[in-house]
Amino acid sequence: MPFTRYVEVGRVVLINYGPDAGKLGTIIDIVDQNKCLIDGPAEITGVRRQVIAYKRIALTDLTVKIQANARDKTLKKAWADADTLNKWESSSWAKKLAAKKKRASLSDFDRFKVMVARKQKSEIIAKKMAELDLTLVAVDCSDDAPNVVAI
Amino acid sequence: MQTPRYYPAEDLKPVKPVHKVKQNPPRVRASISPGTVLILLAGRFRGKRVVCLKALESGLLLVSGPYKINGVPLRRVNQAYVIATSTSVDISGVDVKSITDKYFSRTSDEKKEKEEEFFMGDAPKQAVVTDQRKADQQKVDAALLKAVAAVPMLEAYLAAQFTLSSSDKPHLMKF
Repeated sequence: MPFTRYVEVGRVVLINYGPDAGKLGTIIDIVDQNKCLIDGPAEITGVRRQVIAYKRIALTDLTVKIQANARDKTLKKAWADADTLNKWESSSWAKKLAAKKKRASLSDFDRFKVMVARKQKSEIIAKKMAELDLTLVAVDCSDDAPNVVAI
Repeated sequence: MQTPRYYPAEDLKPVKPVHKVKQNPPRVRASISPGTVLILLAGRFRGKRVVCLKALESGLLLVSGPYKINGVPLRRVNQAYVIATSTSVDISGVDVKSITDKYFSRTSDEKKEKEEEFFMGDAPKQAVVTDQRKADQQKVDAALLKAVAAVPMLEAYLAAQFTLSSSDKPHLMKF
């Protein structure tokens, strides 16, 4: 499997650790084999220009077309031209992060409502399954010859 | 300095100021206010979700199920054994001014009967709910139930019990 995400000028990264954890940044220059220079752009992501170790960041699929050491202003324009923020928000990675955050912030009442909604959903599915006269099928792989067992 | 003309025969100690005991209002957690839904953690009704009506002078919280929803009557509860949720009910229509700590104190008849019981042996006495309690419960709950019905799913929420399952981490849960 070849690598597809490279550390390069313009690579959009997600910061995993530190005071800016959870925010996006863009690599604008490479310092050495352990660290690089990133910038938000500050107005869009809230990350200021700083040197950060590769260990603290995760590369995303997105890149932006900029020259090395681009100004914050140029970077902002490049982000707007490439519509990077919307592309990120619509990615399943970003959606999963948002869902996790939402789940952690639910109140006791919210958790109750979620429980009721899940029950209603499974009731609808079960009804439909019975209607279609389907049964759930499981494959029993404990023996040498796998057996198909209907539940 | 000249000795004054008059001085008392006995040395008088200077009068100490009388120490007035200052009774502060009871400290209630910031998360608890009238109308907050509480989760009871201990006692006969542990696990029940209940509406807080007010804080009494003793520091205990006055609480009601409402009785029709989960069987918790007008009751006093210690805030140390309670989780305050962020959900709250509009309590403006509920009148609990007449209910104080004195309302819940044991009557002298009950005390006397207890002494006789001690000498008689074990025979558990049936708890009698006075008509006054029932009347007050209905009066308070009438307004409370209206407020609860105004919020969708709140009645079912108050009827349900609070439990922890194996994947729950209470220190990370927001209430």
